[in-house]
Amino acid sequence: MKFFERLLGRRHEPSSGEVAKERLRLVLAHDRTSISPALLDTLKDEIITVISRHVAIDAESVQVTFSQSARESRLVADIPLLTTRGRRK
Amino acid sequence: MAARAITITSGKGGVGKTTLVANLGVALAMQGQRVVIIDADVGLRNLDVMMGLENRIVYDLVDVIEGRCRLRQALVRDKRLSELFLLPAAQTRDKSAVQPDDMVRVCESLQEQHDFVLIDSPAGIEQGFRYAIAPADEILIVTNPEVAAVRDADRVIGLIEAEEKGPARLIINRVKPDLVRRGEMLDIADVIELLAIDLVGIVPEDKAILITTNRGRPLAFSSDNSLAGRAFHNIARRLRGEDVPFQPLRGSGVLERIFRFVGLE
Repeated sequence: MKFFERLLGRRHEPSSGEVAKERLRLVLAHDRTSISPALLDTLKDEIITVISRHVAIDAESVQVTFSQSARESRLVADIPLLTTRGRRK
Repeated sequence: MAARAITITSGKGGVGKTTLVANLGVALAMQGQRVVIIDADVGLRNLDVMMGLENRIVYDLVDVIEGRCRLRQALVRDKRLSELFLLPAAQTRDKSAVQPDDMVRVCESLQEQHDFVLIDSPAGIEQGFRYAIAPADEILIVTNPEVAAVRDADRVIGLIEAEEKGPARLIINRVKPDLVRRGEMLDIADVIELLAIDLVGIVPEDKAILITTNRGRPLAFSSDNSLAGRAFHNIARRLRGEDVPFQPLRGSGVLERIFRFVGLE
């Protein structure tokens, strides 16, 4: 059944193994850095405040996330700038 | 040559540390190595029953540390393999009876006359874990392909790195290939990717483990007709520096290769 669904391009439910891996990826990122999701939100808010003081940014679209490679974690901030010609998108 | 002290630890309990220590001890001794296995789980000793040596204990680790006997007197010789010894944990004491320095001293005195000292760490990351890793030249992390076990393994790997004890190597225990095949279990490649440390063994789930444990005769004694038994012997050979190849775990046909590796297809 799954095979036909995939053949027809329908999205299949991820298997529990895939779900486990995704959940672990996030949990480990937080465990390793001791940065909680709440702290991540705080960081995001303060980054927005500081940067908005100097340049116009699209505060709604700011993303602060973890990236993980081997045993290194890094904090990645994606901050869309507003151009003089108006908002992006 | 001085013995290598190898601590087997996991963070989470119940992942198969003690079974692994018993079987690796047997496998190494069967391969001609002089081996001591130390039960470091003071207060909750079990390595003795896994080995079937529970009736032969006179003294224990804490007796040695507190000077009630000499180290030699506390070592229980396994009659089935003349170069395999057990140093049992105390059962009526707790982990505050042992300090990291005590373990270092005990392992130092075992250096001369043995090739391997395997230390069965208690679960957790408290005192017992601390003294179990103190004398380690190498550390093996045991995990199961399961969310809680992998998370705890990661925490322990972090602590070991912080203590500059690493690099630790990984043993993935209780892999159920039928579940992996259906996508209902983390596969080997997932676990290695998440934990990002070197793999030294994969042990499939095997009913024979329970049966041999019931009898107090570790599976590694009769390795020929069981998958897990062969896996223990392969790990022992890798610990001795032999290059027992792993099948590639990435690329096309990942699952098939893993299954072939664990001998199921």
